[in-house]
Amino acid sequence: MSSSNTHITEGIEDDFASFGDVTASATRVTPGNALRPEDIAVAGEGPASDAVAEYALQLGDDALILAQRLSWWISRAPEIEEDVALGNIALDQLGHARSFLIYAGKRLGKTEDELAYWREEEEFRSAHLVEQPNGDFAVTIVRQLLVAVYQNLLYTELTKSSDQTIAAVCAKAVKEVDYHRDHAIQWTLRLGRGTEESARRMRVALADLWPYVGELFADEQLHDDVGDAGVHPSTLRSAWDEEISAVLADAGLEVPQVPDAMSRGRHGEHSEHLGYLLAEMQVLARKHPGATW
Amino acid sequence: MTENNSWPLFEVFVRSSRGLSHVHAGSLHAPDAEMAVRNARDLYTRRNEGVSLWVVKSADIITSDPDSKDQFFESPKGKDYRHATYYTKSEGVKHL
Repeated sequence: MSSSNTHITEGIEDDFASFGDVTASATRVTPGNALRPEDIAVAGEGPASDAVAEYALQLGDDALILAQRLSWWISRAPEIEEDVALGNIALDQLGHARSFLIYAGKRLGKTEDELAYWREEEEFRSAHLVEQPNGDFAVTIVRQLLVAVYQNLLYTELTKSSDQTIAAVCAKAVKEVDYHRDHAIQWTLRLGRGTEESARRMRVALADLWPYVGELFADEQLHDDVGDAGVHPSTLRSAWDEEISAVLADAGLEVPQVPDAMSRGRHGEHSEHLGYLLAEMQVLARKHPGATW
Repeated sequence: MTENNSWPLFEVFVRSSRGLSHVHAGSLHAPDAEMAVRNARDLYTRRNEGVSLWVVKSADIITSDPDSKDQFFESPKGKDYRHATYYTKSEGVKHL
């Protein structure tokens, strides 16, 4: 999406304005009036082209794989409060994943469950960064920092997408991702300025994960094909670099000088980690097809 | 951080909507006040409960002594003249 184009900034949620809990009020505790994945399933058209469907799949897969990774922390975080915080972030990401996958599925003729549980490893379009193992708490926090700042910039731009559904999903998701970003920054500052050991672990985590950053900002043919529905990720890189360097400097940490890894997750070529992740994520649905509870 | 309860305890107050006051919702552990507000957001406002949060270190709250309940709170009992309803309205007074 080039910034010279006329963007649809007003009324992006109009199509979906009547969905969610419209009876929400200040005095009644309700889910609130917000766009839900279920609304996308019943309302509106599917993606206008295969490219837009593929793009939605890519956005959804990043969120889905990150959600699966983060949910591992439930019951394992250093304190129960942090347990809940990471669990919340995982659920937010899962919600975004559902919205994007349901939308992509409307063109692909598949349900969200079929896309999440019945695709093979090479059919996933997620970036390598989100499938990286949780490691210690520092690794998880660094991964969160790198991803959340990226998603915040990306979703902010995508609220101007010419695709109404992508714009509406991102308008809701960006508020949540902004919180994920804040959570990661707060921890980065504390761990960076904490003890010698916490700063050392943060440096190790940064050096381990930095090679997967490049893939997030690599322009592909797909970005040309989707046009104004999407964003060329390379256009986000300088803002991302600026924000990350400022946070790291504040935390007394440095941007690591390491080369990019070969990452072709967008083409279905994944690291050895994704297979194990999918095995765990998909086993129940595959063992008991169609099971509900 | 590995030692249980090594983080200080904070008390959380949630304001459910504009115009209402903050009400004590519960407590939580956090490494510092900034993180306590964030933890409070995750623990106590997940279901649209609030529009504003206060946290305060539990240790900073000065409480009345439960053992002094009698000397603190027994005294007003039986002193119904402290309530407006104790008094009879003077004749001719309207709008009271």
